[in-house]
Amino acid sequence: MKRRDTLKTLLIGGIAGATIPLQGCKTDAVEKVEEVISAGSGYGRTPSEKIHDEKVNEEVYLNEGELSTIAVLCDIILPATPTAGSATDAEVPAFIDFIVKDLPYHQLPIRGGLMWLNGESTKRYNKAFIDCSSEEQISIIDDIAYPDPDNKKPEMAPGISFFDRMRNLTMTGYYTTKMGIDDLGYVGNRPNLWDGVPQEVLDKHGLSYPEEWMPKFVNHETRDVQAEWDEKGNLIS
Amino acid sequence: MQIIESKKEYDAIVVGSGAGGGMAAFIMANSGMRIAVVEAGPFFDPKDPETMTQMKWPWESPRRGASTNRAFGDFDMSYGDWEVDGEPYTKEEGTKFLWWRSRMLGGRTNHWGRISLRFGPKDFKHKDIDGLGENWPISYEEIKPYYDRLDKMIGVFGTNEGLKNDPDGFFLPPPKPRLHELYYMKGAKKAGIPVIPARLSILTKRINKDRGVCFYCGQCNRSCSAYADFSSGSCFIFPAQKSGQVDLYTDCMVKNVTTNDEGLATGVSYINKKDMKEYQLKSRAVVLGASACSSARILMNSKSSQHPNGLGNSSDHVGRYLHDSTGAGLSGFVPDLMDRKVYNEDGVGGLHVYSPWWGDNKKLDFPRGYHIEMWGGLGMPAYGFGFGTQGLNKYIGGMVGGYGDKLRKDAKRFFGSVIGIAGRGESVARYENRCTIDPTMVDKFGIPVLKFDYNWSDYERLQAKHMVDTFEEIITNMGGSVIGDKPGKDKDYGLLAPGQIIHEVGTTRMGNDPKTSVTNKWQQLHDAKNVYVVDAGPFTSQADKNCTWTIMALSMRASEHLVEQFKKKEI
Repeated sequence: MKRRDTLKTLLIGGIAGATIPLQGCKTDAVEKVEEVISAGSGYGRTPSEKIHDEKVNEEVYLNEGELSTIAVLCDIILPATPTAGSATDAEVPAFIDFIVKDLPYHQLPIRGGLMWLNGESTKRYNKAFIDCSSEEQISIIDDIAYPDPDNKKPEMAPGISFFDRMRNLTMTGYYTTKMGIDDLGYVGNRPNLWDGVPQEVLDKHGLSYPEEWMPKFVNHETRDVQAEWDEKGNLIS
Repeated sequence: MQIIESKKEYDAIVVGSGAGGGMAAFIMANSGMRIAVVEAGPFFDPKDPETMTQMKWPWESPRRGASTNRAFGDFDMSYGDWEVDGEPYTKEEGTKFLWWRSRMLGGRTNHWGRISLRFGPKDFKHKDIDGLGENWPISYEEIKPYYDRLDKMIGVFGTNEGLKNDPDGFFLPPPKPRLHELYYMKGAKKAGIPVIPARLSILTKRINKDRGVCFYCGQCNRSCSAYADFSSGSCFIFPAQKSGQVDLYTDCMVKNVTTNDEGLATGVSYINKKDMKEYQLKSRAVVLGASACSSARILMNSKSSQHPNGLGNSSDHVGRYLHDSTGAGLSGFVPDLMDRKVYNEDGVGGLHVYSPWWGDNKKLDFPRGYHIEMWGGLGMPAYGFGFGTQGLNKYIGGMVGGYGDKLRKDAKRFFGSVIGIAGRGESVARYENRCTIDPTMVDKFGIPVLKFDYNWSDYERLQAKHMVDTFEEIITNMGGSVIGDKPGKDKDYGLLAPGQIIHEVGTTRMGNDPKTSVTNKWQQLHDAKNVYVVDAGPFTSQADKNCTWTIMALSMRASEHLVEQFKKKEI
């Protein structure tokens, strides 16, 4: 069976058409759907969107030197941990390389910010930022990684605003990869049967579902039984 | 340029395949009429893997879902948004209007919020209550049977609450609220605001053999490949095609309705986008479901000696009384929602609870009301995730800024701690707020474009003020803090621009008097009885509800009227 047909069968037949509740079947269906979907190509683009992507991919904006410095910054922002890779492990620099072409309003602040950073490192250590030692790099970063609401170091303002942008793009670039999502712990985007907040979580927050609502909620056991109502609109199936 | 005439003659041509057009095609085709459906966008089937975005991961998009190409992000299933290539519109100087168009089979129903609220008895007769605007020529009792059938035909979850102006129906069971929704319930209760299970047209239980049941991916805006949410293609157009009575014309942009010496419609003229040639289709009736503004545009562009001011426009009311829902919102940070245990809470594609309007306008300084929607939770990251996250530290006395392990910890600690609360309310329809044809500009098909002239009044501004004050109270009651500044008078209290809520209605309003309305209570043009309008154009007034459920109930009613007239050979 072709991949596309399999998907059709699973989603229309497997998940929706046949009876899937509850645990055993559900897990099977979940695994199959995930396998097929992750093997799919593309992300549902229209012809004009495909052209847009091709155009952006052909363009060059950031040069190698700039991308090398971005890689250093990315790994300062999100270094590896014992359980998760670093921003460069998650290929965040490649994402930034793409996004500045896709959203050109990032271009000047990034390019100019890198120039500012190299200017600052030259002033302090007579070296480009990338050639500084880790300690030297961090001493600059510590001056631009925190807001300065009282304007105590006005000469750092351009660096603070540049670093804020780099931090935002690194965070987004990282947590939208598989590595980042695994680290974050997001466990959705898969077929499942939502049955409310886990009891232990409700208990922790001191919350409960209103008693009078309970009989009205979805009962997954009968989800596949065709809906029928009495004349007053009470669900009777 | 030669106009190519089709030899076929249809019983009816339906322009547009969204909520209104889809329903009309479905009803008429199943009654045995020969139907053409003419859609300006391409064919679209939610289950086609080539166009599908459901269940995609953010990394599958090189921009991680950013809104470069689609206003609501890469994975949102709308081809076209407030801007469409080659299809501009203009505005009267100093005014604002944003006009959303989805150019695809099924139109906006492929991505909409599925919030499916009946209008209530008051909503049809609001002039009787506050003296503003105009009453509908029909009452809730007249439309109730169609709502009842719609509930069963399409499926909508919710609960019967016995509320006067938020009528009961035939509901599927609602899903349990998520954690942030339980917090909202707590905060709203303290403020004296009612909260009830949401009413969304998503199948939490089977309703027929053709459509699947929700598997809780939370992505209805991507259009469900299992047809478990309401989209016009999967629920109306494809089933209508099974009758063998429907010819589908996609990528065909209708220019105008053609008329004869008696001033009656004879069909439509359209531009085929594939060869950019003009074609004519003939029919005994024309049903416009192109969307409130597009249908008004088609009518105004259908000028003839019988209809010098445009078809149906002898009253000069086409395009007038254009009104969108009001909208304003706040977001809040809730410390109790920090450091959450993570679990899958995607749920359905939308909110699980909401607050219907509860206020008493006699005690308020604005007319009409709004309902409250909310968002939040442990959602799938996309472009924008992590932006400013470290900044939330300021609300808990933590260190703002930083990098490294601290930042990584912040990403996790704050995941799911932000909620958004928004109001969607009723504006008062005004004669002056309108769209007209801009004689100085055409789109890429050579069709004159729309010019908008729309201003909010203090009614809407004061309503927005009430919204943000209320949301601040709810957020505070949840133990949270409003993020950013609450918008003040200088910002119209955060009132969004007209068109931004995408509930535009009223451009061909129904009424008994042909001098002050465009259609009669059957949505038939006063000026040409074989033309019906089945989108939100005939709405005499909005309500504090979303308009789609009413579009469909009314379209069902109008289409059955058309079928009856057709069978009697009245048209």
